[in-house]
Amino acid sequence: MRKLTLSIIGMHMLILSAFSQEKSGDSTFYKNRKLKFEEANFVSGYYHQDGNNSAVTGGIGTEKLSDFANTIDLKFSGYGRRLKHNLNFEIGVDHYTSASSDKIDPHGSSFNLTSPSYSDTRFYPSVGWSVQNEKTKTTVGANLSYSKEFDYTSRGIGVNFTKASKNNNTEFSAKLQAYFDTWAVIYPVELRTSVRTYDDDDNGIQGYSPRNSYSGSLSIAQVVNKKLQVVLVAEPTYQKGLLATKYQRVYFNDGSLKAETLPDTRTKIPIGIRANYFLGDKFILRSFYRYYQDNWGVRAHTFEFELPVKLSPFFSISPFYRFYAQSAANYFAPYGQHMPSEVFYTSDYDLSKFNSNYLGGNIRLVPANGLFGSQHFHSVEVRFGHYLRSNGLNANQVSLHLQFK
Amino acid sequence: MTSKKHFAVCLWLMCALALIYSCTPVKEYQKNKLNDSEMELSSRKVQKFEQNFQSYREGASGANGGKTGGGCGCN
Repeated sequence: MRKLTLSIIGMHMLILSAFSQEKSGDSTFYKNRKLKFEEANFVSGYYHQDGNNSAVTGGIGTEKLSDFANTIDLKFSGYGRRLKHNLNFEIGVDHYTSASSDKIDPHGSSFNLTSPSYSDTRFYPSVGWSVQNEKTKTTVGANLSYSKEFDYTSRGIGVNFTKASKNNNTEFSAKLQAYFDTWAVIYPVELRTSVRTYDDDDNGIQGYSPRNSYSGSLSIAQVVNKKLQVVLVAEPTYQKGLLATKYQRVYFNDGSLKAETLPDTRTKIPIGIRANYFLGDKFILRSFYRYYQDNWGVRAHTFEFELPVKLSPFFSISPFYRFYAQSAANYFAPYGQHMPSEVFYTSDYDLSKFNSNYLGGNIRLVPANGLFGSQHFHSVEVRFGHYLRSNGLNANQVSLHLQFK
Repeated sequence: MTSKKHFAVCLWLMCALALIYSCTPVKEYQKNKLNDSEMELSSRKVQKFEQNFQSYREGASGANGGKTGGGCGCN
């Protein structure tokens, strides 16, 4: 927890250091080309869930989990001879506590009531760079990312290209992204091999496995008329490696127990459309639909509607509703219903058939002269929602976004 | 994919393309409503963490500005 506090203090220091670079009295031509601070965004979120279908205990038992997440990003830009350069830095820290993870090894610690797997902290920095040619209306960019938690390390790399039409009414974007992950293989305590090959500090690690993800994204954004714009997105993804969570238990109909086993490849095809329409002078309808299909047998539909009401040019409130429905993966069965002859098996209810409803609100304040008398404090946004899944899992999420310019 | 689903996907794509090609040219000075920050054609920054939990708690992910990989999402 001390690490988390220090990280958050570090984030605030980053904001302050960004402002310290902004004011420069020198206006020579050379200085104007230097990278200039554009904006900083601080996003903080708290999530809490509960349910009774924990995959760690074979589809039964508590799913209680809390997660406190924070990110800060800093954006800089500068001009070359003909090109605009943009540079983004982001750092994130999450800390979670999970009652179900605690059941991987419920007796892992002799002195505490909870085992070491009860909580974890994830740290994830990333950097992005792009070059924009304002004459040809093209942008090319690249990004690098890293993520580290106790049993999981992820390294990401991506490239992107954007081209807008002459009148800026159509924009085409293409992105390629790859993540090269390494996962520590941890089995439930009763399924670990008798010959201990894992760490001396008894964390239960029995080796490491790769998991790589490759995705491509194509999108076309179009202004339809003075009040309506739409974007079409397709984002196929291919994953290879250890896709099963080996510390999740599966109980079979003959009473036997094994660790979750799933295919080592997965192909996902989501296609989405987002349409925003300005209704009159005060109302905006934001809508989103996505169709999803993968080769594990999951098919899903997502509908989202949000209705921002502009109470003034600087203040808006937005109720929102999201509906989601999916079919079960081919390899899912509840507790005690898998047959021992099956090759792949899971009792993870995230892969079961269900639908969910997510309902909440968004409040946004963007004063013309900044917040609390500070020109730099550009806006504040608060969002909260309640999530209810048809199999009983329920969750609450609240997030805060502060923007500095 | 069954022929019914092929048909549904094709129909959806055709409708979307028809919408795009039926658009009216809009000049920059006519875009005051389109340029409103609430009209941005992307998810909000403040949605970042809720998109994360949705991609972990649901089988589907992608095409919404959220994560498509990286991190285990195993809790």
